[in-house]
Amino acid sequence: MPFYVSPEQAMKDKADYARKGIARGRNSVVVTYDEGILFVAPNPSSALHKVSEIYDRIAFAAVGRYNEYENLRVAGVRFADTRGYQYAREDVTARGLANWYAQVLGSIFTESNKPYEVEIVVAEVGDAQDADQMYRITFDGSVADEHGFVAMGGQAEQVARVLKERYAASLTIDAALGAAIAALSSPGNSDGEINATQLEVAVLARGRAHRAFRRIRGARLEELLGQARSGGGGAKAAKDTEAAGSGADDAAQPSPGDGTAP
Amino acid sequence: MGADYLGGQFTAACLKVGTSSFADFLAGSAPDLLPGARPTGPAALPAAGPGAGGPPGADLPHGTTIVAADFAGGVIMTGDRRSTAGSMIAQRDIEKVFRSDDFSCVGISGVAGLGLELVRLFQLELEHYEKLEGRTLSLEGKANRLAAFVRGNLGGAMQGLVVVPLFAGYDEEIGKGRIFSYDAAGGRYEEHKYYSIGSGSVFARGSLKKLYTEGMAEGAAITVCMQALYDAADDDSATGGPDLTRRIYPVVAVVTEDGFRRLTDDEAGEYAQAVVAERMESPGGPIAPLRQATT
Repeated sequence: MPFYVSPEQAMKDKADYARKGIARGRNSVVVTYDEGILFVAPNPSSALHKVSEIYDRIAFAAVGRYNEYENLRVAGVRFADTRGYQYAREDVTARGLANWYAQVLGSIFTESNKPYEVEIVVAEVGDAQDADQMYRITFDGSVADEHGFVAMGGQAEQVARVLKERYAASLTIDAALGAAIAALSSPGNSDGEINATQLEVAVLARGRAHRAFRRIRGARLEELLGQARSGGGGAKAAKDTEAAGSGADDAAQPSPGDGTAP
Repeated sequence: MGADYLGGQFTAACLKVGTSSFADFLAGSAPDLLPGARPTGPAALPAAGPGAGGPPGADLPHGTTIVAADFAGGVIMTGDRRSTAGSMIAQRDIEKVFRSDDFSCVGISGVAGLGLELVRLFQLELEHYEKLEGRTLSLEGKANRLAAFVRGNLGGAMQGLVVVPLFAGYDEEIGKGRIFSYDAAGGRYEEHKYYSIGSGSVFARGSLKKLYTEGMAEGAAITVCMQALYDAADDDSATGGPDLTRRIYPVVAVVTEDGFRRLTDDEAGEYAQAVVAERMESPGGPIAPLRQATT
């Protein structure tokens, strides 16, 4: 090495590089609702997914470079399937998977010249809404345990701010979708109206036996989007009554922006 | 048994570019988890039954009879609930017919321990492929994967630890039910109309031959399979009949364009009880006409 670069500077350069890469892409959001967890990502492709199933009750959402998070997704499915085969299906948990991803991303960040330009969320749907788990893992391997909703991507903080305004415990699915779309189309974050063909939407449905992950597309998505748009006022009203009843809970929610900076 | 696969080597294997096959992945990264990796040499086998001089492993629990038949909307698979170890009944409520994915099912006969593991790996193989590729394998593809797994046990089979599956599913491309049988060497054969495997299969197949009619309705097809299982249990000591006193009835799986469905015990019980009630009158079952009725 002809030049000396201090470790601090090397890490900072890598982090800046990764952050810049992530900021080039669109944001995605994950929101819990009364009957499960909703994933919404702007994605013009219907084949190259940003949201996918990992295991029975666990899903994966990512932003950043496709080849890198696809690699992480495949690795996660292999990890989860091996664990479930070695032990039992209920022994595969989002917490275990999130820790493993953190190790993987952390060692890639420190050991390789080029860090992964990705940010991922691992979510597991529980028996009740307060048992839902969401972990956000950033390019350097830091993990944040999130509650209620998560925003990912370059403008995550801005998106999270809108989500926070609209989010309440026990939203219905169309209200949750309405909140997600409002957040994703907030100023400076979108080229205008988002329609069904540009959206990738999936849920982990609490009530489904065995495999909870389902994609929502085509007619069903159009229908939900219609409800979300027309029910915008209704959802707001529902949120208001909800918030009046559980103001203390809302205050206890940790801010989702906290875990961002490494 | 086995290490905890959190280690660096395993993680590296997870991140490597590879195929969408779970079995292939395990073979490369954690081979001792695969069924074929276990020692099956003579020393590893339990001794033959006392004074039996039978093949080694004969005293291990064995699954017995599985019956499958197609019908107008799909395919039925039923299995009796007995597993037999030598001349002993090892378990009277074992399940040997399983959902392999949304549009297929698999039944096993032979050494139960190996069979159950084979099914577990096969189910995971299909699910793993589906998750990685975003689409399911074709029915033909699933049948071929299963053949490879059966062949993986060839070493065990040569030493007497034989396990043979029966595979059936609804082929969405051609819109009908299909049945595949296997031999211990991994040979895969497509069967038409109906088939049966296991110790009571000879009797079951004789029964099916007389009772099966093409394009039956679902209910009729279930009854035909129940009759065939009853006939198998009637003449084969290793196959269990419907256990009315304990309310243990054969497992009935139905695969149609709506997907896989396992009948509840109550539903299966109704068919089983109807068959038993008929046999009270006619122990040999329905009497086939001597000649085809001419119109």
